[in-house]
Amino acid sequence: MLTLEKRPQPSQFWSYAAPLVAVVLTMIAGAALFASLGTPPIEALSKIFWEPLFGEFNFFYLPQLLVKGAPLVAIALGLSLGFKAGIWNIGAEGQYIIGALCGAAVGLAFYPMESRWLIFPLMLIAGALGGFAWAMIPGILRVKFNTNEILVSLMLVYVAEQLLASMALGLMKNPEGMGFPGSRNLSQYASSSSWIDQGYGMHWGVVIALIAVIFAYILFSKHILGFQIKLAGQAPRAAAFSGVNPARLVLFCLGTSGALAGLAGLTEVSGPAGLVSIDFNVGYGFTAIIVAFLGRLNPIGILFAGALMALTYIGGDVAQSSLGLPGAAIQVFQGMLLFFLLAVDVLTNYRVRIKQGAVA
Amino acid sequence: MNLGSIDPILLLASLMVAATPILLAAIGELVVERSGVLNLGVEGMMISGSVLGFVAAIATGNAWVGFFVAALGGAGMALIFGILTQFFLSNQVATGLALTLFGLGLASLLGQGYLGVKAPSFPDWHIPLLGDIPVIGPIVFQHDPMVYVGLIIVAGVWWFLNKSRAGLVLRAVGENHEAAHALGYHVVRTRLLAIMFGGACAGLGGAYLSIVRVPTYADGLTAGAGWIALAIVVFASWKPLRLLLGAYLFGGVTVLQLNLQAAMLSLLDILSAILFISAVLVILIGAIKLRTVTKKMMLWALGLLIAAVLIYFYAAMGWPFNETLWLSSSPYIATIFVLVIMASGGAPGSLGKTFHASR
Repeated sequence: MLTLEKRPQPSQFWSYAAPLVAVVLTMIAGAALFASLGTPPIEALSKIFWEPLFGEFNFFYLPQLLVKGAPLVAIALGLSLGFKAGIWNIGAEGQYIIGALCGAAVGLAFYPMESRWLIFPLMLIAGALGGFAWAMIPGILRVKFNTNEILVSLMLVYVAEQLLASMALGLMKNPEGMGFPGSRNLSQYASSSSWIDQGYGMHWGVVIALIAVIFAYILFSKHILGFQIKLAGQAPRAAAFSGVNPARLVLFCLGTSGALAGLAGLTEVSGPAGLVSIDFNVGYGFTAIIVAFLGRLNPIGILFAGALMALTYIGGDVAQSSLGLPGAAIQVFQGMLLFFLLAVDVLTNYRVRIKQGAVA
Repeated sequence: MNLGSIDPILLLASLMVAATPILLAAIGELVVERSGVLNLGVEGMMISGSVLGFVAAIATGNAWVGFFVAALGGAGMALIFGILTQFFLSNQVATGLALTLFGLGLASLLGQGYLGVKAPSFPDWHIPLLGDIPVIGPIVFQHDPMVYVGLIIVAGVWWFLNKSRAGLVLRAVGENHEAAHALGYHVVRTRLLAIMFGGACAGLGGAYLSIVRVPTYADGLTAGAGWIALAIVVFASWKPLRLLLGAYLFGGVTVLQLNLQAAMLSLLDILSAILFISAVLVILIGAIKLRTVTKKMMLWALGLLIAAVLIYFYAAMGWPFNETLWLSSSPYIATIFVLVIMASGGAPGSLGKTFHASR
């Protein structure tokens, strides 16, 4: 009979090994999934994980890694703050949309004025504030009324999507767009473009994500606030006795993750996406939840996890165009990854023991 | 304004239909949460149920088979969650989110070939005698069978939780799993069964959307219904009969929203009227039930009154207001309001906590 025995300390080895084992298991299960869809499994896996990195056209795919990875990393970092403290912001997708809308609104308001050093920074501020404000709604409701932040933040995603649709078709619609839905192209308007070098996939979102990684790393290794976040998650009572202000923590975690999601949204809409359209958001806010867990809620880990998840997006596109693998298969693949990670994770905190006799 | 185009009988009748998918998903989740488990994967199980049920219904041409398969599929999805949280002791919030993400992917994968296909017909029952009662007949007794299945499940769950021995065990497990374990009850087995029941109900709710309510399959068909179901469980304070009320209220908001969009009624006028009525109600309820009007109630009533006047003024001035946007967001905003008002008490003691029998 197999039983689990709690470890006195979480295993260092398994906390590093669990994500890797999970990735391998997901690849095996994914191969089975692809085979059942009638796609040759080994070929599909190599198209997803090998082709974009080392294939013939990797000069085309590698920049995409930055483009797709940056928003995932930025959002996941923000989420990881809250997840550590037991504060579940799962509405990052909404904060991402609102950040993009606020930033784009500033950019569009100044069109066609040319002033790179005024307009783009203003857009960044508006994007961060927009995401921050949207995340403050669940934050303040949780602090003042003890409302469940999971459900409120999620409901606000749907409201944000409605708002996006109404903006893209109404207020922000391109007056010279000949009736097409969507705003003016922000990435082609020099003052509002977030591109630094499109050929290398470099845009300001990448810069922001990298800066955020550094800040998050310092926060958790050197700053008292990072310690308080960890304490509040692992031992809420101990945190309360040591003088951690839970309300402030909720607002900080939600606000920061909202601002980061907002920035990610703004840099996406003024760069890779280019314009405000009904479906410019592709679910990074939700995928970032997987990234945060896969990266063990650790800033450096999230960087790697974001790269891996970006790779599955790009590789999924490659497999779709060359093998006809349905796009949704990649979504299933990403979901399976989180399942396997959560399952393998039991080994971090528990030891498997073989026990004689029946267990009561 | 065109009030005449809204038929109150039709409105109330469609309210019952609109409430059914949320009701089904919510009653399942209520049982799961009463056993002390928080499964945030309702949305994922619902949408998987909607596509599995739809595919099965199309393949056999029989809607009942569709519902059966959807319930099985939902229970199967829930079993993944159950095994992960009960045997692998994973975090329930994270696992529930994983289930939702996985379910959304699975649904859009399986549903590819079925976009825009029409579901087999699932005729309404005209219950003899009862269905012929004027006014009440068309509202309550002329629906498709699943509406009544939902009601029967709610009644059954009420009986199970409050009147049966097994229900008592389930509640004990949910309130304090350590104590229940010490008494010799099987915490994990009870929870697994509850989780699977919740999955089956969510699957039914999803299938009701794709087979009856829409009735076709589209990507993202559930549009947050699973999350609203979770909110309704909180609204109901984990009590089955209040859950019924909650689901019908939400059904009402959804139906009214659609009708208002069609009738071009001014949302602002209605909102200010609602606020005005609630201001009066605050004072009336206070005066009748508590026999006193406290200062706090006066302030509430005053606040509501001022809000009503301001909104009325805004509408009267004809200032810009995007009706479609606010109406289509209204179910979600209403959910947030409900969560704010009802955010307290009644949650099972062990809700969301991991159980590990060390001895």
